[in-house]
Amino acid sequence: MRFIETLIQGEQGLFKPGSLTPMQKMTLRFVVVGLVYYAFAVIEGMIMRVYEVVHLPFVTEEQFYAILTAHPLVGIFGSTYSIVFGAFLFLVPFLMKKPLWSLKLGSWTFGLVAGGTFVFWFAGFVSHYSPLYTLYWPLPADFGQFSAVGGAFFIAGIALVMAGAALFVINVFKTITYTPPGWDRQPGGRLLASALGLSGLRNLFRKDKKEHLVSLPVAAIARGTVDMALNTTVILFAGVLILVYMVAHLLGFDLRHSAVDALLYKNLYWWGLDLIADGLVLIFVAGTWYLLATMITGKKLYMENIARAALFVELVVSWTVWSHHLMSDQAQPGILKIVSGEMVTAFELITQGLAFAITLITLWSARPLKMSHPLKFLLGGLLGFALAVPAGIMQADLGLNRILHNTQWVVGPHVHVAILVGLTMTLYAAIYLLLPVLTNGAKLWSDKLANVHFWCHLLGGIGMGAFMGMAGLQGMLRRTLYFEGEFNVYMILAALSGALLLVAFLAFFLNIVMTVGVRGVIGIFLPAKLKTKDLLPAGK
Amino acid sequence: MVDPKTVLWGQTIAYTCYCLAIMALVAWFAFKVTRKANEKPFNSAIFYAFFAFLVVLGVSLHIVTHETIPWKAMDLGRAKIAADREFEIAIAGHEFKLPAEKIVIKKGEIVRFTVTSADLTYGFGLFRPDSSMLFQMQVLPGHTNDILWRFDRTGLYTIRSTEYSGWKGIRMTLPDAVKVVD
Repeated sequence: MRFIETLIQGEQGLFKPGSLTPMQKMTLRFVVVGLVYYAFAVIEGMIMRVYEVVHLPFVTEEQFYAILTAHPLVGIFGSTYSIVFGAFLFLVPFLMKKPLWSLKLGSWTFGLVAGGTFVFWFAGFVSHYSPLYTLYWPLPADFGQFSAVGGAFFIAGIALVMAGAALFVINVFKTITYTPPGWDRQPGGRLLASALGLSGLRNLFRKDKKEHLVSLPVAAIARGTVDMALNTTVILFAGVLILVYMVAHLLGFDLRHSAVDALLYKNLYWWGLDLIADGLVLIFVAGTWYLLATMITGKKLYMENIARAALFVELVVSWTVWSHHLMSDQAQPGILKIVSGEMVTAFELITQGLAFAITLITLWSARPLKMSHPLKFLLGGLLGFALAVPAGIMQADLGLNRILHNTQWVVGPHVHVAILVGLTMTLYAAIYLLLPVLTNGAKLWSDKLANVHFWCHLLGGIGMGAFMGMAGLQGMLRRTLYFEGEFNVYMILAALSGALLLVAFLAFFLNIVMTVGVRGVIGIFLPAKLKTKDLLPAGK
Repeated sequence: MVDPKTVLWGQTIAYTCYCLAIMALVAWFAFKVTRKANEKPFNSAIFYAFFAFLVVLGVSLHIVTHETIPWKAMDLGRAKIAADREFEIAIAGHEFKLPAEKIVIKKGEIVRFTVTSADLTYGFGLFRPDSSMLFQMQVLPGHTNDILWRFDRTGLYTIRSTEYSGWKGIRMTLPDAVKVVD
């Protein structure tokens, strides 16, 4: 009986959605939707993990590739973008001690990301549109394999997500620079220069160092948001190009594919797409590590000036690093492969290594610390990137890429360990830390379940990456189905690790639902009773 | 020429050792960070030494592979290297078109494969009978995609597309299409 009561009311009835400000509600909506789409991605991942071992009779090969196309996009756009947008739209004003520039724009971002993700997921589900997230030209416009109608809806869904991302970019920069009503005029230009790192750069050559106008986490968010603006533009451009071919086909005109150069397109598209993988993700994650470390310890960040400089270097690196995705493209100029592909990519070892060290030393300086849930998930996130970044540096080598490109090595120890262990555990650390702030003091239902969540996620994520990597070193390709059970031993072990990830998510999901209660979850989506632009209710 | 399997074994050993070391470090850190500390501040020399180590590692990795992995230098300079034998392969409609039913190569020969695509982006890779990879490259439509390889061991190799070209392309394999003889 007590279980049912807690399920409905939440732990000790502490969570009262009526006490939430509109900002808290918006942030929690982002988080809830992000977690629902994470569940989508986990289930899709498990279907594919099983399919790599046994070809399920109710999933056709076309469906498999439609799932493979939707899986990373739902994971990154539907889940990660939602959680990150929600967190940063709350944290930027929170850290700058002023209201968000536009709550309405934030709500539009929420609707566009949530709705756009559903549109492209559903279009892929129904039509089996499956050019993968890479969209290598002219595959997305190959109407001998894919439905133009299904594809048009799919691309339109992606475009909606990008529109939401564009509104997020505007909201972040306006929040940093604007003057709220009744305030003294804010130095918008100088705030922007500080956020982008220009004033910090000038400080390096000045004797009288000027104080930073924005905190380091806000600077990290601003710099990652620059990459988001650029990648949003490129992805929208590619989407419009593909839509032109689709609309022309539907009107009875078949445009020549050769009108678009496949190599030029691949360079442009990877330049934009890589601003997510090697740009904003690394910058946002470093900024989140710094924020978590300072909040957990209550101390200043170790070597803050170097951390700021590393973030600036990372921003420049992210603009010039794309060619490591084209190292097996023989028409790609060798100089680009060496300079952009190998040398600039190696800088990521340095920038992420510094972020790793600065975070650990900040924590170390505050010993003894309690091993709280945010701290253990933060350490998991740090370990994830410590494992995944060197794996990426290895494959970004001309010699090794020849025998690693498009193998399970790329997507296992590098991509999945970076995203599942590095990125997701960092996000979980932030969720556990901010939960009491965002819910006005809700208490976590079960610490034991949080520990199950931690260990299953950590072991499942590392295990899956490791077994995929072992298969990759034996020659197993990604995006390829095998019919003779060639790599079944590794794939069974990877599937078992994937099952641990599923258990981890279920433990977390149950814990969160029991913490806030079903009534609380519903309440999050009802209009706020408090009419205020403040982030937290008065007195909190 | 050193076999790719040897290179991959080296990589496996190096990366496994690294993974075990970094996991042990984080586990040790997690244990120690909850214990009482002495009053001494963190020695910044350790931080700067770590910074220097990252720079040296980042710079040296690619130099080391350039000097130890023979196909890397060969690939960068392939336009100026004369091949002992050349094969042109075409791909269209998810099908490979070989110059002959089987490609036969003599052990020790340097071979240039030039692969063209009439429609989509594909991949071109050679695989051993145990499904392990010898090498691969991308095949882009509208461009010349060529690769040089020196075959130092006899054996049979399967050609497989190593890039996804839509669900119609998932069976793009030609078993035992390349034969290397004494």
